[in-house]
Amino acid sequence: MKELVIISGKGGTGKTSIVAAFASLAVNKVLSDADVDAADLHLIMNPQATERHDFQAGHSAVINLDQCTACGLCRDLCRYNAISEDYTVTRMDCEGCGVCVYFCPEKAVDFPLKTCGEWYLSETRFGPMVHARLGIAEENSGKLVTLVRQEAGKAAEAKKLDLILTDGPPGIGCPVIASLGGASAALIVTEPTVAGRHDMERVAQLADFFRVPVMVCVNKADLNPDSARDIRHYAEQKGYAFVGAIPFDPVFTKAMVAGRTVIEYDNHTEAAGALRQIWQKVSSHIGLRAA
Amino acid sequence: MIISIASGKGGTGKTTVATNLAVSLGGGVQLLDCDVEEPNAHLFIHPVFEKKELVSTGVPEVDETKCNLCGKCGEICQFKAIVVIGKTVLPFQELCHSCGGCMEVCPEHAIREGERVLGEIELGHRNGLEFIHGRLRVGEAMAPPLIRKVRAFAHPDKLTIIDAPPGTSCPVIASMKGADFVLLVTEPTPFGLHDLKLAVGAVGILGIPCGLVINRSDMGDDRLREYAGAEAIPILMEIPFDRKIAESYSRGELLVDVRPEWKEKFLRLYEKITDLVKPK
Repeated sequence: MKELVIISGKGGTGKTSIVAAFASLAVNKVLSDADVDAADLHLIMNPQATERHDFQAGHSAVINLDQCTACGLCRDLCRYNAISEDYTVTRMDCEGCGVCVYFCPEKAVDFPLKTCGEWYLSETRFGPMVHARLGIAEENSGKLVTLVRQEAGKAAEAKKLDLILTDGPPGIGCPVIASLGGASAALIVTEPTVAGRHDMERVAQLADFFRVPVMVCVNKADLNPDSARDIRHYAEQKGYAFVGAIPFDPVFTKAMVAGRTVIEYDNHTEAAGALRQIWQKVSSHIGLRAA
Repeated sequence: MIISIASGKGGTGKTTVATNLAVSLGGGVQLLDCDVEEPNAHLFIHPVFEKKELVSTGVPEVDETKCNLCGKCGEICQFKAIVVIGKTVLPFQELCHSCGGCMEVCPEHAIREGERVLGEIELGHRNGLEFIHGRLRVGEAMAPPLIRKVRAFAHPDKLTIIDAPPGTSCPVIASMKGADFVLLVTEPTPFGLHDLKLAVGAVGILGIPCGLVINRSDMGDDRLREYAGAEAIPILMEIPFDRKIAESYSRGELLVDVRPEWKEKFLRLYEKITDLVKPK
């Protein structure tokens, strides 16, 4: 089984639209949305959930004021300033370290498990999909990403599918690290801008760090053809597979508004042609059997 | 006053708004780039950097001559960042949240606080505009502590503009908490609207007033404006798609340099924000 993770560093380069297009082109796959704190793939895939589960991770301290003697030890020990002068814990600031729970001489601190979100196993017109919703302002996005990827792997195994297509989050922090570990390959979707280029270099370094082979494609390439060429040279120099360029095309927005993939919306646009070529290169690069 | 610029969805134009607003307002303003995973504001501001400092967080270092392998450190640690296996104690520094529990609990005082580098902060300026950003070390998972260090440079008597990261989880909260106003930059597309709703939810939890900038305002559909109207979220500025703007952005040029008439519009945006903040 192979897992292709689509990342970008910079947000808004077109990851999700490209994953959706690949969903139209790939066969025998499971979709997984690892951008759990701003998940958008479902807006195109229209998934029908067959399973819904709570996502529980970490604990949160709750002080029982009947037992609290206001000795102040917890406030001294808490490094996150999460305990107020009147001994209430601000959930958003509590890191769930349990130091106050352990040291409270009155045993006045409860430590319940937190429900931080939900995850779903769904059916779509392109096959199974695993996705999630992290509660707003919640922590543990990395753990939820890991869970989504594991469940996508189980779904692929159960249905004997040989590919997982994972829509990754922007950035290089905790959820991106959780998206990359153990993946067969990463496709970086960048754009020919100073910011796109800068952010691509950092996320490529991260993929190198985790020894995940990197492929690069440039979206909106004609906005700055010189920069698009530079990105291609950079990729080739670094030994990353450069798999193609996609022109700037309002069809991306139109397809999104219609809730369709770029391929479904109009298979004859220049963008659709570029995406088909890119998919061909990507699938041969990761060793998928031709459909 | 602190104005935090956020979005939910990435790539909607947070950095464009933050940099152009800061440059339009000019001297005496601070611009803090808190998107420490992928900081981009410097690519448009081109600041002169004067100072760089490393930012670290505390992690356990064990003195094995004092450790008697009692295992209490592993019991208290919620993050599996220190464990006793057989005859050794193993700290996993990358997993450590720096709570200090293991040091506090160790009966032999065998654990002292070492350091793990989170990243660096660079300080600079451009024409009287103070510029500060953080850069998370590649491979480091935890952005919020570095974001809080960048924010510690905010001067209470100055106008501080914060360029926040995308999303709605802890790094975004760390970039918005305590701000006087959150400016949400979005686009009129289904993804833009969906993620905006999440961002509005996060702003609501923090109890901060907010307003919208609609970027590429002539693409997409009407659902964003319908939502803003229904939720009574003020639309403070609209930036239509302009290929020349997009091309100059690609080269790292500021909108107010390419289309100087926008400076007035950013100054008006600031006035509208101060009007909305005042009632407090």
